[in-house]
Amino acid sequence: MRETVRVSLTVNGSPRDLDVEPRRLLSDALRHDLRLTGTHVGCEHGVCGACTVLVDGTPMRSCLLFAVSLDGASVTTVEGCRAPDGGLGPVQQAFHECHALQCGFCTPGFVTTVTAYLAEHADPSAADAREAIAGNLCRCTGYQNIVAAVQRAAELSQGRPSGAADPASGASQ
Amino acid sequence: MKPAPFAYHRPRSLAEALDMLADLGEEAKVLAGGQSLVPLMSMRLASPAHLVDLNQVPGLATVDVGAEGVRVGALARHSQVEHDTASYDALPLLRQALRQVAHPTIRNRGTTVGSLVHGDPAAEMPAVLMLLDGSVTLNDVNGTRDVAATAFFKGPMETDLRPGELAVGASFRRPPPGSGSAFVEVSRRHGDYAMCGVGALVTASEGALSAARVCLVGVGTRPVLLDLAPALGDGVVDDEASAALVDAAIDPETDIHATADYRRHLAHVLVRRALAEARTAAEARAA
Ligand SMILES: Cc1cc2nc3c(=O)[nH]c(=O)nc-3n(C[C@H](O)[C@H](O)[C@H](O)COP(=O)(O)OP(=O)(O)OC[C@H]3O[C@@H](n4cnc5c(N)ncnc54)[C@H](O)[C@@H]3O)c2cc1C
Repeated sequence: MRETVRVSLTVNGSPRDLDVEPRRLLSDALRHDLRLTGTHVGCEHGVCGACTVLVDGTPMRSCLLFAVSLDGASVTTVEGCRAPDGGLGPVQQAFHECHALQCGFCTPGFVTTVTAYLAEHADPSAADAREAIAGNLCRCTGYQNIVAAVQRAAELSQGRPSGAADPASGASQ
Repeated sequence: MKPAPFAYHRPRSLAEALDMLADLGEEAKVLAGGQSLVPLMSMRLASPAHLVDLNQVPGLATVDVGAEGVRVGALARHSQVEHDTASYDALPLLRQALRQVAHPTIRNRGTTVGSLVHGDPAAEMPAVLMLLDGSVTLNDVNGTRDVAATAFFKGPMETDLRPGELAVGASFRRPPPGSGSAFVEVSRRHGDYAMCGVGALVTASEGALSAARVCLVGVGTRPVLLDLAPALGDGVVDDEASAALVDAAIDPETDIHATADYRRHLAHVLVRRALAEARTAAEARAA
């Protein structure tokens, strides 16, 4: 048995204590130790963005963090981006409405990234939305519908009616 | 794609971190943001026996603006420096360059000092430190030393940091009044390391340039700092003279991202572009 280190995290609002090997990546700690398999692991060197989670509210690559280094931190995964009643959160709902995913592998990283982005940018333009997701790769959609979903999620978060965020208009830009 | 096992150390003070680094010597690496070190470890290009984690050491996440310039502590994340308004007002080049370092998500964790110590020859912040006559402050159990940027970067991923030392901060100096800056680059994809990047710092008064310097990345084994004074005539940079200086100073290589010839081409285009933008910035600041 290799030496382990105790880390205390708050994951999606619940306190979790873990005994992990120092080399345990946060992505693996979430998936294997906490069985939160919503966080996906793609490239494992920080390029693809699929594993993005929020650490104290800020998006970070979970594949580029050692779990031991986060003692005391609060982590939000895609499982934590749900609505309070357990249904789809605004970003998830917008991805659903705008058909912003196909295979869905990259989606958890987009949902976390966009959730944090919208907390600071209430009304992004299509260009802003594109910039906000520039660090996340998707091989299915061609991004048009994801850009539309970012704008739609902004509307849903604020209870605004559907307007600018029509996937068809996003696609023509 | 998993790091090899290592022993983990979590100092709670700077003194404790320095003691650990002194004890462990060459066996230890410092863990700052991990945005360069963790991928290297996952790919097994690095497998240090010990990691000394800075992240719980208080007092290092600082960005201080003074009369001399901007001083950045070891735990200041790229994004913290990028968004610091006082730093931007003092030294716009910091934000101009940081916006091109990776993606925001990487900048949320990676540190500016870590990128200096990492010493990637395509990285932006080493070039900024060179242009702004900066220095890195290195501490060990015996004391502290300041190393000028020109002496700090030695080769690809090679700096003047010695085993047992911790880079506690870096200082970027204010250029003379009337200065303007720019950082431009071309990369394969948004957020990638640049195939070639150029920072420029010029000083202008009443429309005439009195000084012009550029620093190029991605076209040598370390950032290439170039004083264009010999190419300055009548308050403008002579493009031909400047191109000759650039040609003589750079030594680009071919790799999977770009050929040496293409990098050389980029260097020329980007030097002109960076100088024009820096000049516009100098005029805007004067107005
Ligand atoms: C997808 C991706 C794209 C990227 N693109 C770019 C880019 O375009 N431009 C760019 O410049 N960078 C880029 N980076 C790297 C990023 O900027 C890193 O944050 C930076 O290079 C290292 O900072 P860090 O704090 O993460 O250092 P770490 O990864 O923690 O450390 C890097 C090295 O420096 C040493 N070290 C760090 N801090 C100290 C210290 N205070 N004292 C002594 N030693 C120390 C470590 O031991 C290690 O050897 C990219 C990274 C990724 C994952």
